[in-house]
Amino acid sequence: MAVINLNVNGKKQTVDVDPKTPVLWVLREHLNLVGTKYGCGIAQCGACTIHLDGVAVRSCQVPVSVIGEKAITTIEGLSENGDHPVQQAWLEHDVPQCGYCQAGQIMQAASLLNQKPDPSDDEIESAMNGNLCRCGTYVRIKAAIKTAATAKS
Amino acid sequence: MTIVKTNIDRRAFLKVSALAGGGMMLSFSWLAGCKPAPEEMAALPKEWFELNSYIKIGDNGAITLMSANPEFGSNVKTSMPMILADELDVDWKRVMVEQADFFPERFDRQFTGGSQGIRQGWKPLRTAGATARQMLVNAAAQQWSVPAGEITTEAGMLHHKTSGKKAGYGEVASLAATLPVPEEVALKEIKDFKIIGTSKKNVDGTAIVTGKPMFGVDYKQEGMLIAMIAHPPAFGLKVKSVDDTAARAMPGITDVFIFKTLADDYERNGFDTTTFTELVAVVGNTTWEVMNAKKALKIEWEKSADQNVIVNGWGGKQTVTIPGGLESTESHKLRMAEMSKKKANVLRKDGDPESAFKRAAKTLERTYSAPYLAHNTMEPVNCFAHVTADKAELYGPIQAPELIRNTLAARLGLPKENVHIKLARMGGGFGLRAYGHHMVEAAVISQKVNAPIKMVYTREDDMTYGIYRPTYTATYRAALDKDNNLIAFHVKGGGIPEHAVHAMRFPAGAVDNYLAEGWRLDSNITIGAFRAPGSNFIAGAEQSFLDELAELAGKDPIEFRLELLERAKTKPVGEKNDYDPDRYAGVLKLVKEKSKWTEPQPNVHRGVSAYFCHNSYVAEVIDMEMQNNKPVVHKVYAAVDCGIVINPDAAANMGEGAIVDGIGNAFFGELTFVEGVPQKTNFDKYRMIRQKEAPKSIEVHFVKNEHDPTGLGEPLFPPVFAAVANALYKATGKRHYQQPFLKEGITLG
Repeated sequence: MAVINLNVNGKKQTVDVDPKTPVLWVLREHLNLVGTKYGCGIAQCGACTIHLDGVAVRSCQVPVSVIGEKAITTIEGLSENGDHPVQQAWLEHDVPQCGYCQAGQIMQAASLLNQKPDPSDDEIESAMNGNLCRCGTYVRIKAAIKTAATAKS
Repeated sequence: MTIVKTNIDRRAFLKVSALAGGGMMLSFSWLAGCKPAPEEMAALPKEWFELNSYIKIGDNGAITLMSANPEFGSNVKTSMPMILADELDVDWKRVMVEQADFFPERFDRQFTGGSQGIRQGWKPLRTAGATARQMLVNAAAQQWSVPAGEITTEAGMLHHKTSGKKAGYGEVASLAATLPVPEEVALKEIKDFKIIGTSKKNVDGTAIVTGKPMFGVDYKQEGMLIAMIAHPPAFGLKVKSVDDTAARAMPGITDVFIFKTLADDYERNGFDTTTFTELVAVVGNTTWEVMNAKKALKIEWEKSADQNVIVNGWGGKQTVTIPGGLESTESHKLRMAEMSKKKANVLRKDGDPESAFKRAAKTLERTYSAPYLAHNTMEPVNCFAHVTADKAELYGPIQAPELIRNTLAARLGLPKENVHIKLARMGGGFGLRAYGHHMVEAAVISQKVNAPIKMVYTREDDMTYGIYRPTYTATYRAALDKDNNLIAFHVKGGGIPEHAVHAMRFPAGAVDNYLAEGWRLDSNITIGAFRAPGSNFIAGAEQSFLDELAELAGKDPIEFRLELLERAKTKPVGEKNDYDPDRYAGVLKLVKEKSKWTEPQPNVHRGVSAYFCHNSYVAEVIDMEMQNNKPVVHKVYAAVDCGIVINPDAAANMGEGAIVDGIGNAFFGELTFVEGVPQKTNFDKYRMIRQKEAPKSIEVHFVKNEHDPTGLGEPLFPPVFAAVANALYKATGKRHYQQPFLKEGITLG
């Protein structure tokens, strides 16, 4: 066990855990931020996507010990009132079915738009290809990202 | 105007209403859109008045509607309350939706599956809404001393035209709640619907996009431990012994033990599907610790003998033998090929098929097959359980709580009234969660450790301890006369452990000489419902075959089907045909129009397919393009006749999802076995359709009619497989008979 300081959604947090614990489980079980989901544990589904300094990463693959000073953002901290352009676009297109993968999809999409404010179809497809949606909402996900891109620009 | 008997037992809900409420989680329709204006936000009332199990009205006019069915992504939590709200005649903006617990004394049919939620809920929900509305009208009539028949309602307001009196529902709700339930009420005319048929946003939309806890796996309670199970690595194995020394010594681990999921003499219901009745539990403080300890278990497995289990379900009580032995896909294929040659059960026979085949000008015979599929819901199996001496509380993903409550009561030794199941939002279902073995596992573990626990499966557990879609095969034969008329049709289907032949469906009824046969083989690999059971294979086989047959007959594939449907309509063969030829033809005509079928585009390769299942009719056209020698699904058109559509945009969303699901499974879906061991354990090997492979656009069109609503979650899925195969043929010149098509060397670009 080790005491580790984290910056999560703009707040300082301290946890006492096995340093090898993936950030996913620290968020879910030690910090009670359950919006980030476990789907596969091997970085193949994207349900656990969070931001480290604004860049999408799979939190199931990142041991909590390597975070250091980097800022963690989870779906709960993406916006104050659920009004990030990507979240708003998701609502406008009524994207979710079961909803389980959507936090990961939204975090991935928000990261894409941070880097490329006006992505092409190919760029959207490539950026989102690591995020599985078993309900098959891909067409709406893509449409929502385009709407969010327009809203941001 | 339709008058219906209300059949609402007021005493039942009054008696139990004290149990309801407290810590309820409300979903606000007005939060699901964009930012609500302050005047749109309903304040919470000081007091709620319950008019029946489904409807509570606040003293300020706020409305709470109960969503009784479990939600697994088909959006019943929005669409079913919409039905209530329309008959209740309220403003949707003032509606809050609350997920009901499993409570059979209060709610009808709390089951999500078989595409039956809306179909079966249609009349009860309309009646519940109309009954509550009538009670509010009666209360106003009493207060104003005017005849109830002179009072009209609109958007939560009561009006009496002659006297000019008006009041909000909230003002009369306290009186209405004390009035007798009317024995009969009038339902709205279809033309008067204001909410049904308009698109409403998912009431949980905001909660989903902001990551609020709502799934079973998100649940947490003070003192809760985490549990995981270890199951045999192969179907046909069982636990022999466990060396838990290393696991127990690991940090955070509180217990390791072997436990029985079902008693040996337990009489199973039809959904108590499991081969593994003995598992190893690991219990500890956190998921990460338990996950690591599980890896440190040293378990010895041994071969399982044949197991005889009593199953009281599926229409009778019988002893079922789960065979021992380690099964492999390769040996399955050999056994299935052998069975295909043998005599099978005749399911339907019209005319004299064999003599028709003898006199045919042309014949065609093709064999289709498909593998086992894993459901792979994004949320792995999990369940919270807290079992004490006198009661059990469960919270988790489950489509069929009623069935599993009986199993839980029997296994825990509790009266079923003391087994409480709360319905979590499910991270996907697709049939998997009709089976509740995970709830029993969680409950038994909680009982043993005498603590609240949350049991979670790893993805690997979820994929390798599945209730899979069976593996199927079917051989189709058809005979054409010299004028290319279909004179005989023969389907012989089989599978492990069931066949997928629906003998009364099209083209039965459209051919004078028709034969349907089925056979099955036993297995210890557990199978169960998977989005459109049976249909999800047979539609692809049948509709691929009809495409090839149309080509042999020199006919357009849509015209060929329409000719057969015309025959089934004007001169049907047999009496038990289970489809309406007009509605079937209707979706083909609609998809023909919407896809501009008669105006082919250069370099666009099109496949068509149509199917009837779950009381609904669907036709689909897939437009495929070849890019770098790989097929790309450019566009999909679907035409759907499912009667009245409650929530059109949400319905289209589910249709789009079913199409994506079908394309993915047609190309990639497959689980194989070697010596009982599932050969894929996670998404690195089990290929699922991804964003790049999804269609570039999908149009879902609904036939507009006034039929009562029928199924929607499943019917768009089965025809996809053939639309893909038929488009692929146009694109590549090669027919595909074996799913997944990836295996035949073809993949999506």
